[in-house]
Amino acid sequence: MTFQTHTGNRGLVLEEKLIFEQGEAGRSGVDLPDPAPVKSRLGGLARDENSEIGLPGLSEPQVVRHFTRLSQKNFGIDSGFFPLGSCTMKHNPRLNEKVARLPGIADLHPMQPESTVQGALELMDQCAHWLLVLTGMPAVAMSPASGAQGELCGMMAIRAALDARGENRRRVLVPESAHGTNPATAAACGFTVDSIPATADGRVDLAAFEAKLGDDVAGIMLTNPNTCGLFERDVRKIADLVHAAGGYFYCDGANFNAIVGRVRPADLGVDAMHINLHKTFSTPHGGGGPGSGPVVLSEALAAFGPLPYTARTKDGVVHLVEEEQADDFAEEHFGGKLQSFGRMTAFHGQMGMYTRALAYMMSHGADGLKQVAEDAVLNANYMLRSLEDVLDAPFADSGPCMHEALFSDKGMAEGFSTLDIAKGLIDEGYHPMTVYFPLVVHGAMLVEPTETESKAAMDEFIGALRSVAERAKAGDEALKSAPHHAPRRRLDETQAARKPVLVWKEPELPVAAE
Amino acid sequence: MRYLPLTQADRASMLETIGAGSVDDLYCDVPEGALLKEPVDLPHHLGEMQVERDMAKLAAKNMGTASAPSFLGAGAYRHHVPATVDYIIQRGEFLTAYTPYQPEIAQGTLQYLFEFQTQVASITNMDVANASMWDGATSCAEAVLMACRATRRKKAVLSGGLHPHYREVTETYCQYSDTQVAGRDGHPEHQATADELDDLIDDQTACVVVQYPDVFGRLDDHTKLAEACHAKGALLVVVFTEAVAFGAIKSPGSFGADIVCGEGQSIGNALGYGGPYVGLFATTSKLVRQMPGRLCGETVDQDGKRGFVLTLSTREQHIRREKATSNICTNSGLCSLAFTVHMSLLGEDGYRKLAAINHERAVKTADALEGVAGVEVVNDSFFNEFTVKLSKPAAEVVEALVARGIMGGVPLSRLYPNRDDLGAFMLVAATETNTDEDIAALAAALKEVLA
Repeated sequence: MTFQTHTGNRGLVLEEKLIFEQGEAGRSGVDLPDPAPVKSRLGGLARDENSEIGLPGLSEPQVVRHFTRLSQKNFGIDSGFFPLGSCTMKHNPRLNEKVARLPGIADLHPMQPESTVQGALELMDQCAHWLLVLTGMPAVAMSPASGAQGELCGMMAIRAALDARGENRRRVLVPESAHGTNPATAAACGFTVDSIPATADGRVDLAAFEAKLGDDVAGIMLTNPNTCGLFERDVRKIADLVHAAGGYFYCDGANFNAIVGRVRPADLGVDAMHINLHKTFSTPHGGGGPGSGPVVLSEALAAFGPLPYTARTKDGVVHLVEEEQADDFAEEHFGGKLQSFGRMTAFHGQMGMYTRALAYMMSHGADGLKQVAEDAVLNANYMLRSLEDVLDAPFADSGPCMHEALFSDKGMAEGFSTLDIAKGLIDEGYHPMTVYFPLVVHGAMLVEPTETESKAAMDEFIGALRSVAERAKAGDEALKSAPHHAPRRRLDETQAARKPVLVWKEPELPVAAE
Repeated sequence: MRYLPLTQADRASMLETIGAGSVDDLYCDVPEGALLKEPVDLPHHLGEMQVERDMAKLAAKNMGTASAPSFLGAGAYRHHVPATVDYIIQRGEFLTAYTPYQPEIAQGTLQYLFEFQTQVASITNMDVANASMWDGATSCAEAVLMACRATRRKKAVLSGGLHPHYREVTETYCQYSDTQVAGRDGHPEHQATADELDDLIDDQTACVVVQYPDVFGRLDDHTKLAEACHAKGALLVVVFTEAVAFGAIKSPGSFGADIVCGEGQSIGNALGYGGPYVGLFATTSKLVRQMPGRLCGETVDQDGKRGFVLTLSTREQHIRREKATSNICTNSGLCSLAFTVHMSLLGEDGYRKLAAINHERAVKTADALEGVAGVEVVNDSFFNEFTVKLSKPAAEVVEALVARGIMGGVPLSRLYPNRDDLGAFMLVAATETNTDEDIAALAAALKEVLA
């Protein structure tokens, strides 16, 4: 069983060298025409003909095979169940890919005259309209490039609004269960972070929160549903209290997929909330991006949002409002006072993601989106109740969960941890759940099935996770060294960090022995 | 609904397992009155054919760059993307993967990120590069913040040749962190040399930011500026918007730059009306621990086999929270894959040749436009983009060209809405996609419009 193959390959588990180890000079995967001789106008800065850039030469078939083989070392939603909590790995419809590539969308230049891009602006405007209706909010800033930049957008709008009020409030309250981006974002806006504890039932400690309010509080950054997978029952009280104290309510909308079409954040007192189009609205995660993080804003913050934005005038024309025309539009939109905090991205944001998200929203419709939230919540509760006898569920008695179920590492055999369960699941053919987040639960395991999994797929996973959990409880040593069947075993992260090798270098030729 | 696998029977049996009477019972923690009973006021679901039809209608209202001679640049460039690129990035194992936090089953993503980092470091001639940022403008802003961290100083000097949107994004990022942003207004007829910025560099300066080629398309040797920066303990940040350029021009690394960052859209990525794009970010080994964003590093697994992991994550928000080097989490993963595949296809020869063709096309375009009365090419030097001065307001000329089915350039008034002195100028970019016929059509149309 354990013999070594000549190649190092194991059937379809193929080893693949780096392109730099395969390339040879004088080969290329493109055929370009020879440029006509012209008098160089590079101003004496032409690259030295003889100095190598260091790019390997490969033919097209080599490139196709290389990246195909790399792809086979990856796990995607298409490959299998991917219950990564908080990340919302739902099915990515291919229709969305197709429409994003339509001529007249994919080949538009961001600096084309407005008259040539009316369809694109209309598309942005429609996408914005869906987000506004689904959240019940009066304004949306489309341009943030991701959830984290959406947070930055919302918090900068809050900062700008405070500055406009002439108030020097600098403290932001952040529950300890928050995503790491929340405190990092608050810090980037010049705020200090004050952590709010959670109660034993996994929600914000209302008394502790109230005690922390004061006239130096800029606002609260609250994820709802929260990262423990629970709906914050006191969300309205929290909103009222923070407003009464003169602060704003920033809602981290990473988990909007649990309530889309069923609860409108406007009805909860939210002032700003980003929406990860790559979570709730299924634009692909792409191995780490690109994302898109439009931010809905309340009346109080709308005038402070970023430029540019789109606006439709009475003649039906949609405009891309940049700074120069902003005053013309401010009257209608912001009571005459636009006080934008500035620009966030080079152009107008992630158009390719708006296209995909709009196709997703149109496909589901208002009726389907309601079903999306309900099925996501139903699936997560099914997961919770099917596993709570074998895994510790610290908030099992805190009411129903929303779109994700949280477990802890309590009850494992000595020396066994959440990491072992995660790696054991890899051998079973699954992508592990989110591990060690949120920080408020020891050895956290956050399972988010999403609405695009069938009951059969979940039942199979439940069986696998039960089996792995039993092995961890029984102290099965084989689990400590899992995964055994993945393209790689556990990787040495300490070595990677101690002596970082971040780029490939030509190996030095061995010096001949004396 | 085609994306939802649960049947009514499934839902009923699952509710029974859960012990809930209805789905609404699962929303019992939602405050009174906030739980909607009916769908919101939006259209109901549509089949695939209908969605495609509606989207195609919207697309048809636009004038795409593929359907008309187009000479638009100013930070986004139309290049030919080989068919292989789009095929690879649509493979589900790449498209539908997450950030590679479980490296044993994400070696595909990790290995291409390692290759991407190496390619970016190679073309910029720097030691290391990260696994991407959101776009060129946010890369620029993050470079300034990084320079402030590395030097423990709070002043950034921005060249007038920096893309105004990049300047604005940098100002946005700096405005709440006590970082002073200084600099001079740019003008296509004034050469932005190191001398012009020299007197702004002092012992409080964290960095000087120049763009190369600059926003007007000009090329400058920044070696002396790097020396001037280093003499005062400041860093030189070199920003670029056209990643193809380094196949033809001297690398920023050869000037002695400390951070090189910019836009990678040109390689492998569609224009897509401005996004998603891919920010490139490279620096020296010395500064690696100050970098923002994800880094992929080489290591070994338990069996001693080479593998890759995300590394130095103690810089990042999920570990360091409010003390992180940046709040960036999701970056531009799939766009960096497109870059890597396209760059792999090009290779050394293809990359250099592509750059040479771009320059040749731009020279031919400039030559053709110089023959048109009322057009003056302002640049002494350029790569594939240059500024022209027109005898009529550029914004009007652009509209008149559109009426003739040509997208002739970006008027500087679009980039600098508050600068009355720039109304006559237009940026013209030419790439390998522009044919001799395109160039002749632009020259002929301009002749008509300016007559």
